[in-house]
Amino acid sequence: MAKISTRMGDGFRVELSEEEIRKDLEEGSQDAAKKGKIPPLAEEDLRRLLEIFKCPDRSVGVERGKEVILTYDSATTKFKRGNVSVSKIQSLQIYERLLGSDTLELAHIDYSYKPVKPIVVFEQPILEQALLITIAPLFYGAMPNLGLYSQPDGPCPNPGDLLPKGKIAEARASYEEQIEHSVKDMVYVASQMYEAGADGINFDTTAAAGDAEFMATLKAISILKQKHPQMCVQMGMAAEFVLGMHGELKWEGVRLAGLYPHKQLELAQKVGVTIFGPAINIVNSRSLPWNISRAVTFVKACTEMARIPIHACMGMGVCGVPLTPSVPVDALTRATKAMVDITNLDGL
Amino acid sequence: MAAAHGIAAGIGGIRAAGDLVARMQVSRGMRLKEAKQYVAGKLGISVLDITDPVVMAEVREDLGLGTVNAIPWAAKGIDAKFRIASVLGIKINCVNLFKKRVGWKA
Repeated sequence: MAKISTRMGDGFRVELSEEEIRKDLEEGSQDAAKKGKIPPLAEEDLRRLLEIFKCPDRSVGVERGKEVILTYDSATTKFKRGNVSVSKIQSLQIYERLLGSDTLELAHIDYSYKPVKPIVVFEQPILEQALLITIAPLFYGAMPNLGLYSQPDGPCPNPGDLLPKGKIAEARASYEEQIEHSVKDMVYVASQMYEAGADGINFDTTAAAGDAEFMATLKAISILKQKHPQMCVQMGMAAEFVLGMHGELKWEGVRLAGLYPHKQLELAQKVGVTIFGPAINIVNSRSLPWNISRAVTFVKACTEMARIPIHACMGMGVCGVPLTPSVPVDALTRATKAMVDITNLDGL
Repeated sequence: MAAAHGIAAGIGGIRAAGDLVARMQVSRGMRLKEAKQYVAGKLGISVLDITDPVVMAEVREDLGLGTVNAIPWAAKGIDAKFRIASVLGIKINCVNLFKKRVGWKA
């Protein structure tokens, strides 16, 4: 039987039979269902996924009328990473006028709230000028990045040094202190940029440092929504699972460690997040059918219960997009089509 | 990646009505279906027209919502956003700040 060309999670090409793809689709969905305690994909969904992988075309797309909104994390830094010598405002114009972007995001090259704090007065005039000449909604974004608050980069003792010595209470105390520092920085920067005219604030790769970082971001957003009830807040997650680096932190009685995307969404909605972005890890050693089916299962659990728009994080290495710096178009468009067609996504 | 995502699944930003649908998610937290219906209703077009750059080029020029091509006298930047706020019936943060800065009297 003819083989179907697809890829592994790291992007390398692999040829699989229809039966092998079908098996990977089922196993990927079952893995998500088991871990997240959510329903697996229905037979009809698996059949649609199989059709996407059987299509021999290089790129695929969603049906007309099913198009979604696109948001871009750290948009202006992408041009710098590509060694393109344009200013941040020019980058935004390229996104809006040449790439057909629905939304824009201004960002500092050191993409975390802490390093933005001392230079926020330089970011505000750039934002103000950009707002005069662009039309699409313009976010300001950065990462909570709790790692910057422990020694040697920050003021608090490093839990990574304390935990191997068995100093668990001290490590937890350090995380609790880090939360307070980072909340102040996030509230300050987000307030400054919103008061300068930003349409929304993006908290990107939330909970990358685990439950303490998730707690800090929820706390910051809660304060910001009291201060500016109209502020649009986008929360993009770092991974499918909140790591229990502290282990005992709770938000309104809900333990943060171990939360999967649909449970993360519940808390995001409670604190007033406007747009939520689930991020599902890629597994390099498994095929793209396995990874995409797994990611779609997790995201579908979110879209089915959401009261707010869900924008799946579909950058490199998450939500079925291979973990490779130059993502192949065949892989990317299959992940996009699968996610939009099956989950009734609001954006990506 | 932005180009591939846009071709595979994007509405098309200001080439069509992607920015307007996004405005409804940003300002009212609307889910996609509701946001598309709302925008189509306000513009007097069908939901399918929202992603059609031919239809939307005319709608945008007629209503002063900003166009992707450089047309003399057509709305650009902040002036397009004044019109978008009015047509969609929403508040836009930078438009309100602009009004405050120039002492705008409603």
